[in-house]
Amino acid sequence: MNSADFIALLPLIVPALASVVLLLLITFSRSHAVSVLFTLGSLLLSFLLLFVAGGGTPRRVTPLFIMDAYSLFFIGLLFIAGIVVAVMSSRYLGERSMERGEYYVLLLLATLGASVLAAGSHFASFFAGLEILSVSLYTLIAYRRNDDRGNEAGLKYLILAAASSSFLLFGMALVYAQTGSMDFFQLAEGGRVPDLTVVLSAGLLLITVGVGFKLAVVPFHLWTPDVYEGAPAPVAAFIATSSKGAIFALLMRYFSLMDLQRFPAVWYGIAGIAVASMLIGNLLALRQNNLKRILAYSSIAHMGYLLVAVLAGGTVAKTAVGYYLAAYFATMLGAFGVIAFLSGEEGDAENLEAYRGMAWSRPWTAGVFVAMLLSLAGIPLTAGFIGKFYVVAAGAGAALWIPLIVLVAGSTIGLYYYLRIVAVLYGRVPEGEGGAVTGFPGRVLGMTGGILLTVLTFALLWLGVYPAPLIRILQATVARLVP
Amino acid sequence: MSYPILSTVIFLPLAGALVIFLIKRSNESLIKWTALVLSLLTFAVSLPLFTGFDKTTADMQFRETYQWVPSWGINYALGVDGISVLFVLLSTLLTVLCVTVSWNSIKDRTKEFFAALLLIEGSMVGVFCSLDLFLFYIFWEAMLIPMYLLIGVWGGPNRVYAAIKFFLYTLVGSLLMLIGIIVLYFNTGRSFDVLQMMTTNYPYHLQLLLFWAFFAAFAVKVPMFPVHTWLPDAHTEAPTAGSVILAGILIKMGAYGFLRFSMPILPEASREMAPLMMVLSVIGIIYGGLICLGQTDIKRLIAYSSVSHMGFVTLGIFALNIQGVQGGILQMINHGIVTGALFLSIGIIYDRTHTRQIADYGGVATVLPVYAAFFMVFTLSSIGLPGTNGFVGEFLILLGGFTASNVLGVFAATGIIIGAAYMLWLYQRVFFLDVNPKVRSYKDMNLREVLTLLPLLLLVLWIGIYPNTFLSFMDASVQHLVQRVNTAGQPQMAQQIIEVIR
Repeated sequence: MNSADFIALLPLIVPALASVVLLLLITFSRSHAVSVLFTLGSLLLSFLLLFVAGGGTPRRVTPLFIMDAYSLFFIGLLFIAGIVVAVMSSRYLGERSMERGEYYVLLLLATLGASVLAAGSHFASFFAGLEILSVSLYTLIAYRRNDDRGNEAGLKYLILAAASSSFLLFGMALVYAQTGSMDFFQLAEGGRVPDLTVVLSAGLLLITVGVGFKLAVVPFHLWTPDVYEGAPAPVAAFIATSSKGAIFALLMRYFSLMDLQRFPAVWYGIAGIAVASMLIGNLLALRQNNLKRILAYSSIAHMGYLLVAVLAGGTVAKTAVGYYLAAYFATMLGAFGVIAFLSGEEGDAENLEAYRGMAWSRPWTAGVFVAMLLSLAGIPLTAGFIGKFYVVAAGAGAALWIPLIVLVAGSTIGLYYYLRIVAVLYGRVPEGEGGAVTGFPGRVLGMTGGILLTVLTFALLWLGVYPAPLIRILQATVARLVP
Repeated sequence: MSYPILSTVIFLPLAGALVIFLIKRSNESLIKWTALVLSLLTFAVSLPLFTGFDKTTADMQFRETYQWVPSWGINYALGVDGISVLFVLLSTLLTVLCVTVSWNSIKDRTKEFFAALLLIEGSMVGVFCSLDLFLFYIFWEAMLIPMYLLIGVWGGPNRVYAAIKFFLYTLVGSLLMLIGIIVLYFNTGRSFDVLQMMTTNYPYHLQLLLFWAFFAAFAVKVPMFPVHTWLPDAHTEAPTAGSVILAGILIKMGAYGFLRFSMPILPEASREMAPLMMVLSVIGIIYGGLICLGQTDIKRLIAYSSVSHMGFVTLGIFALNIQGVQGGILQMINHGIVTGALFLSIGIIYDRTHTRQIADYGGVATVLPVYAAFFMVFTLSSIGLPGTNGFVGEFLILLGGFTASNVLGVFAATGIIIGAAYMLWLYQRVFFLDVNPKVRSYKDMNLREVLTLLPLLLLVLWIGIYPNTFLSFMDASVQHLVQRVNTAGQPQMAQQIIEVIR
């Protein structure tokens, strides 16, 4: 490794070092503010370093990493998500008497793991990144140690993630046995991917199982609602966004490099997963009354929509995935942000009925929430619409009529439960004594929450009304994936 | 003419909604006056469209074009022609009346109500002016949210059900249309430009598929039989202003969509599908009318009568001749005026009695004579009595319908008889008979209410006596449209015939 390699890798080195320094720092001072500021500072620094690293791209840094525009875009997205989650957590943790410093160490590590995935170009970095991410998440999910559901969720995630990792490893081993290389680029080059032999298809199948668990697509989705429900709201936001986004970035790189879509079996497999996720994710959300569970099922459906773009392939599809993920990040972080900031010490604000009539006493908070829900539903003027538009465009360009019809059906079912929440927000509060309208009993957002959610909402509307700048960025980064 | 009229008409109400959001909730009179002043101002701003419109050309006028998303070729493109200009004016007029009729009937959450009303106005006008399919879709969908809230928050007892049903029905259709729009985009050399699409000839099988994709969106909005079932629920549960907007403008968008997009962009498919569309229209006319006879709720009755009347509109449009299309457009305006007026009238009496059941009325003409006179005129216009606007529209439609198909024309004409039956029977049960003790103590309309209905009354008579003021707006555009639909694809056929002869 020379100095240019170091510069290219700086955005990954900084969070790695920062987590170690923070670990040492909390042995001296357990001040919450210091941990938060240090975390935010290091993530911000790493984000800025992306622009420095961008000077020397594309660059292979050892066979393990590729720092190109594609990975830089996704790492940037992951860092922003990390910053948002850290801000969300600062108040969430600040009010609870639990060990706080270590939380941020784990958050930094999880973000690092996700970024490694986005830059990975080798089975080794794939697995290493995945494990850094997963191991941090085991602890983060069960961070509310005195909460039964939190412990249940942590254990569930631990067992299932460990099982899926072993599937993944075995799959990698089989693919290696067949092709003789673990380097994505080497595989892509000399046409080393042979026809779909039994061993190779078994390997791919096992990899799909492993990745499917992480993406929580049907039929590997069973853990999702329980884990989202049990995890602290900011951690749930992290799982819904960074963890899935990073794996998606890696998956797309792997698929395009290996050009796996040319095998009908793989293609139909993904199509089946996409269709099942869109339908089942949306259907299961219909009868939920817990907001975190609704968002969990909704995220399953959203992964299905994204897979439609993957099926389409091509430049438009890559831009579509990039846009959709950016929009999805902003939306999910915002929706979980509302829940996180409204949560009190006694538990997360996840019960739908508790939100009844919030729009009348807290018009702004409710407005933010409605904007997020409409974006999830893909209604125009929000980022979610442009994302969905892009996916539909990619699908229509590749003539994927059946997945598109399912997408329409899924979106319609989805709209029903988003509207149900909106109806509750704008519902009438049962009138109190003497006809006095009782205000929303929950807590106020507070300064940090107000600013953060306002920024996210404006980002959402900006992306929805004037998408041109982000599209330009995407065309310069994500769309240039295939050499 | 120095300012961009259409953008002003779209964004003035939107800005007004923002202003209303900033006013303190307790200051109700300020909120109401702001809404009234802004809606009047918007109406005034839209008047140059009426006076400055060039009736001799079928081209788009008052055009504005700016780049929006260059990488997708999406433009912010606006413009009106003879087909759309009257709808813009109708929208701005009806919004003013919606504000005045809601003056006292909306008692809680006044601020949000008037803000939502203005938001709807802006996006409605946007739908009628868009010359870029992407922009059109944005307005088309954006309108759903405030409309959803209008029904779901200020509506009747079953409001949440009705609002969600309305939203879901519309969204299914809209998403299919979105796919259609994107397919059109790829087949138009990557452009969303409507004018360019109107001069492109697409292959026939593609036209057919696209026609059904667009049909899904427009037929739900119209609503055509058999996708009309959201309408009675939404109309009945919505507050008066919501019903007026729904009946007056929103359901016109479906028929407008057929005229603006389906027919000129997909002329061959439209021609091919026209008989089927006409059959569906006639089923709607008769079926809607028969259901009206069995209703016990005034609002629901008027809602079902919309199904019947909109059947006439689509019948005229798909007759694909000049009389039929002109009649269809005029009848849309008429229906907006008359059904809007009927819903406003029902709102006026509902504010007093708080019941919509026909059985709770009787002898209203004795107690509220002025009100009864107004209602009579609107009833007669709804039936299509000569001298009122309804006559002109239905006459032209039937003329066009008979030209296209005798049998369907006959069936459609029976719809008028059924219409007369249910409207007159309704009038008899509500206004004549013995005075129902429940309505004995109510006062007649006040000045605000008279002023709300008066403009519509004048329009009913104006269009009824001298329809040429309005028909002249659409002459050139309709001629152009009908020619486009009837000649597209012909040269190809002629060539084939020549080849066969050889």
